[in-house]
Amino acid sequence: MKQSASSKRKFVSKCVTYGIVVVFYILIQVLNGMGMISPSIAGQLVPICAYVTMAIALNLVVGFSGELSLGHAGFMSVGAFSGIVASMSLQQAIPNGAARLAIAMVVGAVFAGIAGVIVGVPVLRLQGDYLAIVTLAFGEIIKNIFNILYVGVDAKGLHFSITNEADLHLEEGGVSILQGPMGATANVKLATFTAGTILVLITLFIVINLVNSRAGRAIMAMRDNRIAAESVGISATKYKLMAFVTSAVLAGAAGALYAMNYSSVAAKKFDFNASILVLVFVVLGGLGNIRGSIIAAAFLTVLPEFLRNMGLDKYRMLVYAIVLILVMITTNNQQVKAFFTGRKPKFKAVSATKNKKSVKGGSSHG
Amino acid sequence: MTILNNLINGISLGSVYAIIALGYTMVYGIAKMLNFAHGDIIMVGAYICFFTMSRFSNSLLMGGIAGTLLAMVVCTALGVVIERLAYKPLRQAPSLAVLITAIGVSYFLQNSALLLWSSNPKSFKSVVGTGSIKLMDGQVTITYNALLTVVVCIVVMLALTWFTGNTKMGKAMRACSEDKAAAQLMGIDVNRTISMTFAIGSALAAVAGVLFCSSYTNLMPTTGSLPGIKAFTAAVFGGIGSIPGALLGGILLGIIEIFAKAFNSNISDAVVFLVLIVVLLVKPTGLLGKVVREKV
Amino acid sequence: MAKEFVKGKMVPVPSHSIVPERDLGKLPVLECQHLGIDFGGLTAVNDFNLTVGQTEIAGLIGPNGAGKTTVFNLLTKVYQPTRGTILLNGKDTHGMSIAQANRAGIARTFQNIRLFNNLSVEDNVKIGLHNQVRYPMWDGVLRLPKFWKQEKLAHESALELLSIFGMEDLANHEAGSLPYGAQRRLEIVRALATNPSLLLLDEPAAGMNPSETAELMENIVKIRDTFHIAIMLIEHDMNLVMGICEGICVLNFGQVIAKGTAEEIQANPKVIEAYLGSQKKGGSKE
Repeated sequence: MKQSASSKRKFVSKCVTYGIVVVFYILIQVLNGMGMISPSIAGQLVPICAYVTMAIALNLVVGFSGELSLGHAGFMSVGAFSGIVASMSLQQAIPNGAARLAIAMVVGAVFAGIAGVIVGVPVLRLQGDYLAIVTLAFGEIIKNIFNILYVGVDAKGLHFSITNEADLHLEEGGVSILQGPMGATANVKLATFTAGTILVLITLFIVINLVNSRAGRAIMAMRDNRIAAESVGISATKYKLMAFVTSAVLAGAAGALYAMNYSSVAAKKFDFNASILVLVFVVLGGLGNIRGSIIAAAFLTVLPEFLRNMGLDKYRMLVYAIVLILVMITTNNQQVKAFFTGRKPKFKAVSATKNKKSVKGGSSHG
Repeated sequence: MTILNNLINGISLGSVYAIIALGYTMVYGIAKMLNFAHGDIIMVGAYICFFTMSRFSNSLLMGGIAGTLLAMVVCTALGVVIERLAYKPLRQAPSLAVLITAIGVSYFLQNSALLLWSSNPKSFKSVVGTGSIKLMDGQVTITYNALLTVVVCIVVMLALTWFTGNTKMGKAMRACSEDKAAAQLMGIDVNRTISMTFAIGSALAAVAGVLFCSSYTNLMPTTGSLPGIKAFTAAVFGGIGSIPGALLGGILLGIIEIFAKAFNSNISDAVVFLVLIVVLLVKPTGLLGKVVREKV
Repeated sequence: MAKEFVKGKMVPVPSHSIVPERDLGKLPVLECQHLGIDFGGLTAVNDFNLTVGQTEIAGLIGPNGAGKTTVFNLLTKVYQPTRGTILLNGKDTHGMSIAQANRAGIARTFQNIRLFNNLSVEDNVKIGLHNQVRYPMWDGVLRLPKFWKQEKLAHESALELLSIFGMEDLANHEAGSLPYGAQRRLEIVRALATNPSLLLLDEPAAGMNPSETAELMENIVKIRDTFHIAIMLIEHDMNLVMGICEGICVLNFGQVIAKGTAEEIQANPKVIEAYLGSQKKGGSKE
C-alpha cells in the first residue's frame, strides 16, 4: 500500500517535469503564431534550451554524484566546435539543415563524451576539492587547445593545424572552419527551438531514468557515503565515471545546439565564467532537483534581458554571488535553516570523528 | 643567457606564488577548506595600494609603504569578516558546499571590484621603479622588482616558520590542523585560531598583490583570479599544509611557467595546469606533504 | 530474559584455532595468517591469526584501542595489510579493493553508522542488493523489460530482508530520520543484502538497552541459522558476547592474547589482566 503511494507520487512528479517543458513549447509556438514573440525573446529560445540541458547535465555530476565540476564549459565547447566542424564540412553532402543539425549534435555529444572519458578517468580518482580544481584545470586546458586550433576542409577532407591558418594547406575551394582564437566566424545557423526542446526532453529521459535505476542508486550512494557504498560492493570509479561521461555527452549536445545558433563562436566564450554560470543555475534550482534546474536555467537565461532594460544588469553577477553564498549557508547550516523556515533546528547526534552529513541532494524525484 | 634570465624571472614569479600559496596552505591545513576567494583578496590588496599610492604622487616610496600597510590592514579585516560570515556557518558542512560558497565569495569580490573600480586596467607603479641590475656584461638582468619579491618572500617564510614554531598562537594553529576537537579540549579557542589563520593569510595576500602588480602592472578586477589558482597549484605541488612546501612549490611552478611561456606564450597556462593534474594523480600529497588516513 | 542458546561444540583445527564441530571438514570461511599493519612507526596489529568456521558466530573483544576495528578494516580491505595473508573461503584477498572484498563474500557494519541518510530505508537495502539483483545501465535508461522485472525483484527482496527485523513498514522513511537502534538494524540488513559468507558486526549493540540487546542476540542467531553464514562481532557487552559467541578472540595492543570458548576466555588470567589490570600484592587494583 505504502509503496504504491510513493511510486505514484514519483510518477506524478516526473510527469510534471516533462509537462513543464512540453507546455512551455506549446505556449511559445502558440504565441509565435499570434505574432507575440519579440525578436529578442525569440533569440533567447535556443540558448534557454541549451542552458537547461547544461544545467540538468551538471546537476547529474554535482547534485546526484556529489562532485563539483568546474570545467563543464569545456565539454560544451568540445561539443560546439566538433558540431560546427561536422556541420560545415557536410554542407555539400547534406543540404538539409535539420539533418545537419541533428548530426552536429550527435557528433558534438560523441566527442564530448570522449573528452569526458579522457578527463574523467584520471580526475575521478581524486576527491572533493582536488577533483574540483582538476576539472577547472582541464576546462582551461580545453579552452587553450581550441584557442590554438585551426581546422579547415577541402575536397581532400579535414585539415588540422595548431600554428596558423596557412599551415592548413587548403586546396582551391577549401574553407577554413575554425581559426584559432577567433573560433568559427562563418557558421551557418541551423538551431531551432523545436530541436532544442527535443534535446531537453531526451536529456530528461536519460537523466531521470538513470537516476531512478540501479545505477542511479549506486551513484547517489557514492555521493552520500563513499566508504559505505564501496563496502557493499559498488566500485567507486565506475559509477562516478558513468555520471560524469553521461553528463559530458549531454553537455556536448547542448554545446553543439548552442553553437549552431550563432554565426561566430569563439573558445573564450566557454571559459571558467561559463562553467560557474551553469553551476549557479544548478545550485539555485537545488542540487539533485532536476525540475529546479530547468526553471532556474530558463529564468536566469532570460533575466539579463529584463535587467538590461531596467539598467540593473551590472548588479546581476553580484546578486548571483550573494545568492550562491546564501543558498549554500541556508541549506547546510541548521541554525540558519531554522531561521528561514521558522522550525527548530534538529539536533542530530554529531559523532566525535569527522562524520560529515551529506549535502541535501534529492533522492530520486524527477 | 636567456636561460638564466628566465630562471631569475621564474624565481621572482615563483616567490609571489609562494607567498600566495602560504595563505592557501595555512587555511587548508587548519580550516580544511580551499579558500577559492584568496586570489581575489590579492586583487583587493593591489587596488588599495594603488589608490593609496596615487595620493602620494610626490613620494613613491612613502606611497608604497603606506599603501602596502593599508592594504594589509584592509585585507586582513576582509579575510576575517569573510570567514566569520561565509565559512564559519559551514564548518560541519560537506566540502562541496564550502567550495561552492568560496566560489560565491570570489565572484562577489570580483564583481564588487568591477562595480567600484570599473574594468579599465589600472597601471600599477612599483615602489622600486623599473630599474634593474645588470650582470655579466649586461646579459643577465635582475630587476629591482624581482629582487624585492625574492627578499620579501624569504623574510615572510622565515617569519612564518618562527611564528608557527615558537609562539603560542602558532602552536595553536598546528594543533588545530591536527585535530580541532582535541585542540578545543585542550583549551584552545578554535574560532580565534581560524580567524587568525585567515588574517595572516589575507595580510600575506595583500603583500603578494602589491608585489605581483609591481612586476605585472596591469590591474583589473580579474587580476587575482588566475594567479590565485596557480598559487593553489603551487601549494598542492609542494604539499598542502606544509610551509616549506609552499615555498618549494611556488618557486618551481614560477620557473616552469616562465620557461613554458618562453617556449609558446599561448600554452603557458595550460602547462601550469598540466603540472597540477600530473602532481595530483602521481603524488597527491605533493613533494613535501604527508599522507592523512581517513578514520573508518 | 535471554534465551539460553545451544552453542555447538568447538573443536580445534590445525591453524591453532577452534571451529564449531559442525563446520569441521568444511573450508573455513576466514583464515588470517600472521596478519599485521603498521601506520608509520605504530604497529596497530601484529601477528593476528584466526580461523572462523563456515557457520560460526565469533567474537572479537579487547579493551579500547586494542585494534579490533583495525582488524575489521584489514579484513574488508579498507586498509591493506603490511604483512600476512587473509583467506576468504580459501581465496587470498591480497590486493583487493573494498568493493572486490565485498564481492568475494565479506560484508560489515560500521562503528559510527554509515547509512545513506538522504535515501529511503528501502533504497538503502536495494543498494545492498546492487550486485545481487542486476541489470545493465542501458536497460535502466531505456526502461527495457529487464529493468521492470529486476526492480520488482529488488523491491520484494528488500522488503523480505527488512522483515527480519520487522522493519518493512519503515521502507519509505528517510534513513537519516530513523531512531538510532533502527539505524543500526538497517545497517545489518544492508550488509546482509550483499549475500556475504562472513558478516562483520562492529559493536552492533552499542547504545542499546538490555531488552534491545536480548532481541539483537536472538536476531543474530536467527540470521546465522537462516542464511547459514558466519558472523564475527566486535562487542563490549559481555552478556552478548558470552551469550552467543561460539569462538572468541581477545586482542590487546594489537596482539592476540587468548582464543577459545566463552568459558575458557572468562577463566583466562591474561584476559582478566587486560581488562582489569594486574593485581598488585595486597590486592589493590591498578
